[in-house]
Amino acid sequence: MVALATSSAGGKRPAPRARLLEDERWLAFALLVPTAILLGLFIAYPFVKGVILSLTSARVGVEGEFVGLKNFVKIWNDGIFHVTVWNTFWYTGVTTVFKLALGLWLALLLNRHFRGKAFIRAFILLPFIIPTVLSTFAWKWMFDPTFSVINWTLYQLGFITQRINWLGDPDLAMTSIIIINVWRGVPFFAISLLAGLQTISPELNEAAAIDGARPWQRFWHVTWPLLLPVTMVVVLFSVIQTFADFQLVYVMTGGGPANATHLFATYAYQLGIGTGLLAEGAAISLAMFPFLFLIVVVQLLYIRRVEVR
Amino acid sequence: MAQVTIRQLNKVYEGAVHAVKDVNLEIPDREFVVLVGPSGCGKTTTLRMVAGLESITSGDILIGDTVVNDLAPMDRDIAMVFQNYALYPHKSVYDNMAFGLKMRKFDKAEIDKRVQHAADILGIQQLLSRRPRQLSGGQRQRVALGRAIVRNPQVFLFDEPLSNLDAKLRVHMRVELRKLHERLGTTAIYVTHDQVEAMTLGDRVVVMKDGLVQQVGDPMTLYNTPANLFVAGFIGSPAMNFANVTVVGGEGGLWVETKGLKLRLPGALASRAAPLTGKSAVFGIRPEDLRVANSADPAEYSMDCEVEVVERLGSETLLDTRVGSETIVAAVEPMVAVRAREKVRLAVTPDRMHLFDAETEKAV
Repeated sequence: MVALATSSAGGKRPAPRARLLEDERWLAFALLVPTAILLGLFIAYPFVKGVILSLTSARVGVEGEFVGLKNFVKIWNDGIFHVTVWNTFWYTGVTTVFKLALGLWLALLLNRHFRGKAFIRAFILLPFIIPTVLSTFAWKWMFDPTFSVINWTLYQLGFITQRINWLGDPDLAMTSIIIINVWRGVPFFAISLLAGLQTISPELNEAAAIDGARPWQRFWHVTWPLLLPVTMVVVLFSVIQTFADFQLVYVMTGGGPANATHLFATYAYQLGIGTGLLAEGAAISLAMFPFLFLIVVVQLLYIRRVEVR
Repeated sequence: MAQVTIRQLNKVYEGAVHAVKDVNLEIPDREFVVLVGPSGCGKTTTLRMVAGLESITSGDILIGDTVVNDLAPMDRDIAMVFQNYALYPHKSVYDNMAFGLKMRKFDKAEIDKRVQHAADILGIQQLLSRRPRQLSGGQRQRVALGRAIVRNPQVFLFDEPLSNLDAKLRVHMRVELRKLHERLGTTAIYVTHDQVEAMTLGDRVVVMKDGLVQQVGDPMTLYNTPANLFVAGFIGSPAMNFANVTVVGGEGGLWVETKGLKLRLPGALASRAAPLTGKSAVFGIRPEDLRVANSADPAEYSMDCEVEVVERLGSETLLDTRVGSETIVAAVEPMVAVRAREKVRLAVTPDRMHLFDAETEKAV
């Protein structure tokens, strides 16, 4: 107000460009443009390009021509694709359950008072901070058929007499990557849920204790319902990330053995970049879209319902 | 319902903070006891030890005839009302009140009967289906009370339950609480830092400071015969005036004297103050025991003051005056014709004079 008064008193009129920015619509537009350009360039354009690509017969070095839904029909009948779909759901489902359970358990432990709490909390985050590719390489060594430290330990403790071929057996390979994903994902759950737990007033638990609720009942009737909105958001983020996971599987197994651990992203990469069938690769990555979309919609609706309560 | 006995209760926190020191207290059945004191005086810690939310370092707490030291909160048959109400935000008012009964496996009909009855007492029947966030502060307070009432416990514990309400509502709820106690008669321990709440609610008041009980008594005892300087200054509003004086003999009696002030100690007080002759002491007089002197008032019970500020409250007028180097506040009749920077002569009511030992701070 003061600035306005002095400028008009001085008889100086603001420059035309400045006056344009005083109009809220123009200002909003100007502020949104950078974000819109970034989103357009790095998300909308690749997405649209991917949709177009999936409708052609493009290969590396070949422009290709419009073939309609032929690529989708082809992957629909592709046995490896079926395995990939199943794998992705299994991988996402199992890891999410374990990450939630372990993360919640850790969060509840960390929410207590003990010495060195701050240090442990920071320490817990390590798996999440280390670049995935680096930590996965470390895991690859641990699961290596010859040099596996896990095998060595189990052997020394007398649990096994023969080497376990962690990454060579289809089921064990899937188990291995699930273990690594859980290891990597638990800190995110633990820290986020811990933040959620800390917003719950300790008085509520005390009131419940006086009301006659035992520890498990206090968790079930007070802590869990109040933590649910945070939990849903954390699960949503995790599901999206896990569903589209690439680095971990690519480094550990490359989708093998015999395509047993392919996820959408790795199979799309192998087909699109590895074998040069760009159009089919694009079709596979796009096939992920409806599934993810559905998951997100269901969870967002649920979150809204929980929050309205 | 039951009596509560606290014997030699101590609480030492890790890091050696001694929060509660040797507290002894007998609370008979049906009594409403208020623990009052400044923050950090140990009143809330004491209450939380009775509730079982805080471990006991040493001493005993008995509810009825049972030592409850090692009993879980749920097994002590108590109900507590928290400062922030601690209502379960995801449950309806009805479920908030019913929760304690559900946990104790009461049947549905009994739960419903009790919840409806409590809602009836508190006038919140129309709120039963709402959630806490849809309620005003006063309504939440009632729900928190309701949650305590339905359980029909041996003892009610209140932890500053009115401190989050606005001033007007606080006065209203204070009266409601008192009525509720008259009606239910449940033994109650109530913690507050507000001496007005303590005076108005308590059958007996326990004044605490630095973990120690300073004085236990009914409100008028605390007001009329405070045991020490702290209680004298804490109870009563506006607070009691204090002046650092010397006790001197002369003219057939004892006097308290300081610059600009010389008052005779009345009979009984004088005989008690005899050992202090020649020593320093603290003289105390409540603002309401001072009035503007008239010509009939003897000089030995009056003093000349200079008015600094006149505060007109309507029902009374407060004169902030200066006597020598001391500040004395007087609560006088509302229409008094005095203005700031004028001289005024104030008369003290002789039998309302207090004297405290300057060293021990104990009342003489």
